[in-house]
Amino acid sequence: MKRQLPLALVFVFGLFMVFQYFVPHESSEWVYEFLLDWILIIGIFAVALGIWSLFRVAVDKIKTHKPNWGYSYLTLLGLFSMVVFGFTALNGESWGWYFPFAISALMAIMMIAQTMATTSQKGLYAGLTGLFALIAVVIAIFDPAWSFHFSTAEGVENPMFRAFFDHILIPCLSTMFALLAFFIASAAYRAFRARNLLASLLLIAALIVMLRFNPWLAAVYGDFGARLSNWLMNVPNMAAQRAIVIGVGLGIVATALKVILGIERGYMGKG
Amino acid sequence: MKYKLFMLAIGVLLCALPLLAQEVEEAPPDSMVVGSVPAIPTPAPVTQLSGEDGKNDHGHAVMLSWELSADDRPGDTTSTVLSYEVFRWVPSMADTVEAVRLAYEEADAIMRSDDAPEGARDKRNDLRTRYFDLLEQYPEFYASYPENGNWKNIGASPSGSTTYEDQGSKERLASDYLPDFCDFRYRVDAVTAVATIRSSSEIFGPVQSSGQYFNTGRVPILIGVLVFGLLTLLFVQQARGGKDLYVRPLAGIEAVDDAIGRATEMGRPILYVLGLGSASDVATIASFTILGRVAKRVAEYQTELIVPTYDPIVMSVGQEVVRSAYLDAGRPDDYKEDTVYFVTQSQFAYVAAVNGTMLRELPATNVYMGKFFAESLLLAETGAVAGSIQIAGTDEIAQIPFFIVACDYTLIGEELYAASAYLGREPILLGSLKAQDWAKAAIIVFGTIGLLAANFNWTFFTELFRVTN
Repeated sequence: MKRQLPLALVFVFGLFMVFQYFVPHESSEWVYEFLLDWILIIGIFAVALGIWSLFRVAVDKIKTHKPNWGYSYLTLLGLFSMVVFGFTALNGESWGWYFPFAISALMAIMMIAQTMATTSQKGLYAGLTGLFALIAVVIAIFDPAWSFHFSTAEGVENPMFRAFFDHILIPCLSTMFALLAFFIASAAYRAFRARNLLASLLLIAALIVMLRFNPWLAAVYGDFGARLSNWLMNVPNMAAQRAIVIGVGLGIVATALKVILGIERGYMGKG
Repeated sequence: MKYKLFMLAIGVLLCALPLLAQEVEEAPPDSMVVGSVPAIPTPAPVTQLSGEDGKNDHGHAVMLSWELSADDRPGDTTSTVLSYEVFRWVPSMADTVEAVRLAYEEADAIMRSDDAPEGARDKRNDLRTRYFDLLEQYPEFYASYPENGNWKNIGASPSGSTTYEDQGSKERLASDYLPDFCDFRYRVDAVTAVATIRSSSEIFGPVQSSGQYFNTGRVPILIGVLVFGLLTLLFVQQARGGKDLYVRPLAGIEAVDDAIGRATEMGRPILYVLGLGSASDVATIASFTILGRVAKRVAEYQTELIVPTYDPIVMSVGQEVVRSAYLDAGRPDDYKEDTVYFVTQSQFAYVAAVNGTMLRELPATNVYMGKFFAESLLLAETGAVAGSIQIAGTDEIAQIPFFIVACDYTLIGEELYAASAYLGREPILLGSLKAQDWAKAAIIVFGTIGLLAANFNWTFFTELFRVTN
C-alpha cells in the first residue's frame, strides 16, 4: 500500500495533466489551476522542512566542531534576523523597545541552538533561552511602538529588513554573479587551447564570433566578418542546438511516460 | 522727468509685446480657414459581418469577420476609412452588475484590512452572492434585445483588417468578464479621420461563446504522443520478454563507478548537486534516479555523500531516495538524514554555499545532474579548482558548453534521461530508450520529407503537422 498509493496518484494526476493539454474547456483549466495551487501549498510546508534541515545542519557543525563551524552561528543569526524583522513593523516614527526585543528574540533562538549543540551545560543554556524569550515576550506585549504582521507584507518595509536586504544580501549576490565574468575568462582559456584539429576549429569559430562584437575592429572586420559570424551562429550552431532540443523533448516525453506508467520509480527511492 | 517718461513708455511697450504677439498668433492663416477643408464623404459600410464562437478555447470569446468597406483600399491614399470600431449590444443591467462588482471589491478590501469593522465579512459575502446571482441572469438580459440596452464600443481594428476577437476574461470577478451562452449582437463602424463621419454595418447576431472539450488544433501532438507511448510500451514488453537491447556506452555514466572508487581510495566525500529545478522538472526526476544509483554505490563503498539542495521539496524527495539506496545496499544504519540538506532558495547564495563546501571538504568527485542556469560555470570552475573529478548532465542548452569546458564528463541533453536506464541496465527502462531511438529515426525521415515538401510546395504534407492553439 505504501508503494501502490503514490503510484496510483501519479498515474491519475499524470494522465490528467496529459489530457488537460488537449481539453481547453474552463472546467479542465479550473482543475489544472487547482492542482497548481496545491504545488504552492506543498511548497510552503516544505519550506518549514527546509529551514529545519538548515538549522539541524548548522547545529551539527557547531556540535562536531567541523572546519569553520563558527560561521554556522552567522548562518543562524542571518536566517532568524530576517524572520524576526520580516514579521514585525513599526507603528510610527519611534523605535521604542524594538531593538531590545529583536536582540532578546534572536538570543533566545541562538540559545536554543546552543542547547542542542552543547554536550555539557545544557541546563544553563536552556535557562538563558527561557530568560531571553521572557524578555522578548514582555516587550512584545507592552511596547506599542511596533507590532507583528503575520498576514500582511508590512514587515517587508521594516527599515531593518530593507537595510539587511538592500545593503548586505543584494551586494553579496551581485558579487557572486560578477564572479561569472572571471570564470568565463578562465573557462574560455581552457576551452580554446588548440590541442587538436577539433579544438583548433573551435578556437577559430570562437574568434570569428567574438571579434565580430569588438567595436574597434568593426571597420577592419567589415561586412563579410559579420555575415560569417551570423552564419556560424544561425546555421551550424542552430542545427546542433535543434538536434539537442529534439533529443531532450523525446527524453522528457519518454521519462514522463515512464513515471506516469510506474516504470520509472527513481523519485520514490526505487529504481 | 523726460527720462522717466521714456522709461515708462518702454516698460509699457515691453508689457504689451506679448499681447501683440498673442494677437498675431491668434490670427489664422489663410490656409487654415475651416471652410477650405474639403468635406469627407460618408464611407461605405462594411459588409458580410459575421461572427462565431472562438475555436479551441475555454469560451468567453467571439471571433468577428467582415468584408472591407468599399472606401477602404489598402495602399490607396484616397481611402477615407481610418479604422473600424466594433460595438456590442449590452443590456442596461450590465451597469448594475458592474456597480455591484465594484462594491464587492471595496468590501473585500475593507474586510482584508487590519482595522476591518465587525460584519465586514458578511457584507462582502452578501455582495458576492448578489453579484453571482446577477451573472446567472445575463442570458435573460441579453435576450431582451433590443429593449433595455445600448451599443458599447468594445474595441477597434485598423483599416485593412477584416477580423476582430471579442476576448473577455473567464474570471467572473474580473471587470472584463464575458459571459458564455449569451446572445451577443455586434455592429462594426467604418470610421474616417473625422470621428463623426462614419457608417455602421448591419447588425449581426445572435452569436454565443462557449468552451470546447477538445482542442482539434493539437491533434498532431496527440497522435505523436499516442504513437510514442505505444512504441515505448511495445519495446518495454519486448525487453521484458528477454530481448537483448543494445545501448551505446555513455562515458559520463561509466565514469561514475570509477569516480566513487576514487573517492573511497582518497577518503574524501562525493558531492552531488541536483540543480535548481523543482521536483516537477523531468530533469530533476531523472537526477533522482541517478542519485539513487550513486547513493547505493556510496553506501556499499562506505564513502561520504554530500547533497546540498536548492528546493525544500527536492530535499525531501532526495532524502527518501538516499535512504532507500542505503536500505537496498544493506546499510540502513549508515544513512544520515543530513546527507541531503537544504541550503537556500536564492540562486547565488546557493552557489556561495556549495562552492564553500567544495573548497572546505575538497570532494573527490562532483556530480551535477539536473537543471542548471547561470550558476553552472561558477560551480564547475570552483570544482575544477578544488581538483575534483567532475561529471555533469543537464538539458539546458545554454549551460551545456560551460559544463563541457569545466567538467571531465558531460551528459548532453537526452543522455541525462538515458543515464538512469543505462545505470540500472533494467530491461524495462532500456525499452524506452529504444522507443526514443525509433522516434528520432521517424523525425529524421519526416524532417527530410518536410524539407522536400517545403521546397516543392507540397502543402498537404506540411499541413499534416500544423499545430494551432
